[in-house]
Amino acid sequence: MKRSTFWGLFWVTLAALYLFVPLWGAFDFSLRAERDVIGVAAYTRAFADDDFWRTFIFSNQMALISIVASILLIVPTAYWVQLKLPQLRPAVEFITLLPFVIPAIILVFGYIKLYSSDIALGPITLLPPLTNSDFSTNILLVAGYVTLALPYMYRSVDNGLRAMDIRTLTEAAQSLGAGWFTIMFRIIMPNLRAALLSGALLTFAIVVGELTLATFLGRPAFGPYLQQLGQHKAYEPAALSVVSFLLTWLAMVLIYFVTRGSNAQVTGAH
Amino acid sequence: MSFLELSNIRKQFSNVATPAVQDFNLKVEKGEFVSFLGPSGCGKTTTLRMIAGFEHPTSGSIVINGKNVIGVPANKRKIGMVFQSYALFPNMTVADNIGFGLRVAKRPKAEIEPRVAEMLKLIHLSDKGKRYPAQLSGGQQQRVALARALAIKPELLLLDEPLSALDAKIRVSLRNEIRAIQRQTGVTAIYVTHDQEEAMSLSDRIVVMSDGRMEQVGTPFEIYNFPQTQFVASFVGTLNQVQARVVDPSAGTLEVEGQPIVAAKAFDARKGETIAVALRPEMMSLDGKTQDDAVNRLVVTVEETTFLGSIVRTRARLRESVISFDTFNNPNLALPQRGEKITVAFPREAILLLKPSNAATENLL
Repeated sequence: MKRSTFWGLFWVTLAALYLFVPLWGAFDFSLRAERDVIGVAAYTRAFADDDFWRTFIFSNQMALISIVASILLIVPTAYWVQLKLPQLRPAVEFITLLPFVIPAIILVFGYIKLYSSDIALGPITLLPPLTNSDFSTNILLVAGYVTLALPYMYRSVDNGLRAMDIRTLTEAAQSLGAGWFTIMFRIIMPNLRAALLSGALLTFAIVVGELTLATFLGRPAFGPYLQQLGQHKAYEPAALSVVSFLLTWLAMVLIYFVTRGSNAQVTGAH
Repeated sequence: MSFLELSNIRKQFSNVATPAVQDFNLKVEKGEFVSFLGPSGCGKTTTLRMIAGFEHPTSGSIVINGKNVIGVPANKRKIGMVFQSYALFPNMTVADNIGFGLRVAKRPKAEIEPRVAEMLKLIHLSDKGKRYPAQLSGGQQQRVALARALAIKPELLLLDEPLSALDAKIRVSLRNEIRAIQRQTGVTAIYVTHDQEEAMSLSDRIVVMSDGRMEQVGTPFEIYNFPQTQFVASFVGTLNQVQARVVDPSAGTLEVEGQPIVAAKAFDARKGETIAVALRPEMMSLDGKTQDDAVNRLVVTVEETTFLGSIVRTRARLRESVISFDTFNNPNLALPQRGEKITVAFPREAILLLKPSNAATENLL
């Protein structure tokens, strides 16, 4: 065996052990919920809990809404910046990086302070308090999730747009009579499929496990449920962590297969 | 009234001192094929983009079929455009690409399908309708782009260096195909290129451009044979340019590097003035095989003789200037040697007097 091959294998093995041993440990632990028995009791109990399903479905709903909101906000913005205002790119990139610098706790207290009372201009109420109802608090929650996912979604979309010749595709569509709406939804978005999927996956991963925003806004999300579960039980949180990993991997495999075809198509555009 | 009229077009980009296009005036008749020819940065693509509606002229008017289109958005101009990079939509099949414009116009399916089939037939890709652009060659993709632009039955077809990204062989065959399709459909076409051979072979008329201005407008024959400015003479064809001193303009006599020559006609210039003169290489010959009407002779020093098969190209020096000319090959030809002094002969008609670039458009002669 060549010396370089040996060290290559050594580091890969070491990295694999570092990543998989804790996961295996969690999986193994999750199977030992009953004394001296290897079984799926922790999984059965976790899935039997109504609160699990309620919070899991709520977080998934919020994730989907956040993904759609992110796409609707970020794709036109990144497209317009790249097409018409390239000089604004550094400013926009800076803004999208702010969630890395400003912790979620600051964000959520900012929201609560700003939106828990009327926003008024003199005697005219511009916006009633958003924290007064579940529905409007969910709007705040989604806005927070969109902000937290901004660095990931923006970068995915921006990279996807850079891989396309958006100027020429836009002009080609315009010369064929297409307006901005048609260009955005029939040309740009379908060709951003790979970028949108990876952005969506990252947004999903952030939202489903998110703790701070949901806790302080008092919403029944999966993150606070897991945290609470961990305080009272040992095996179920391990089981749900393993399930979360499996779901993430499933999504990654899905993205791999979906994007494989679309990359070939985009390459052909040049 | 002409089908397309560009009047006093000027385009000044905010971050550039000199205008990208200025004093641009052109009338194009229906069904005509006009090429904008010039080097990179001469304003030809900017002019095309103004016609398409992607750029807005700083001043001037663009009238298409009697309607001033200044202020009309690109998607309302009914102009088909073919781009250098094909710009096919990667997420759509060939047939969907071709039918895109018709779908946007909300044409009924019963109209779209036969039109797409007709276009596929026109570009000889009837069996490729279900493929994606990435599954086609560059030449095929560009044919699809052409079909897509023509499917909407545009009033005007604009082609922005459509063959530049293709290899030489495909370029020649596709340009013949583009011309045949344009004739068949009768669409008015504006073609941008920096390749003079492409412009010559395709166009009814050529607009030669330099530094944002029109240098000359004419048929390929006129542009090649009667260049009016130094720029056109140097950019189009292989004319030899030399500086000549005017001896007697009324008699058409000049002096090149101290050697007298006579032009075919009297011309308008001051005695003693130095002007640019072009000598047609195809009318020059080695002494001894002089054409009967050759009255001009120049003694030159051979710098290089290149054997090119059917022709022999000789490059020779006239003190400050260099001229080159071709001689048909024959087995008995005595090739001039490097450093040898020879006499080249040419008739009066071989002399063209040129105006400086970007001057008015009339020849001095």
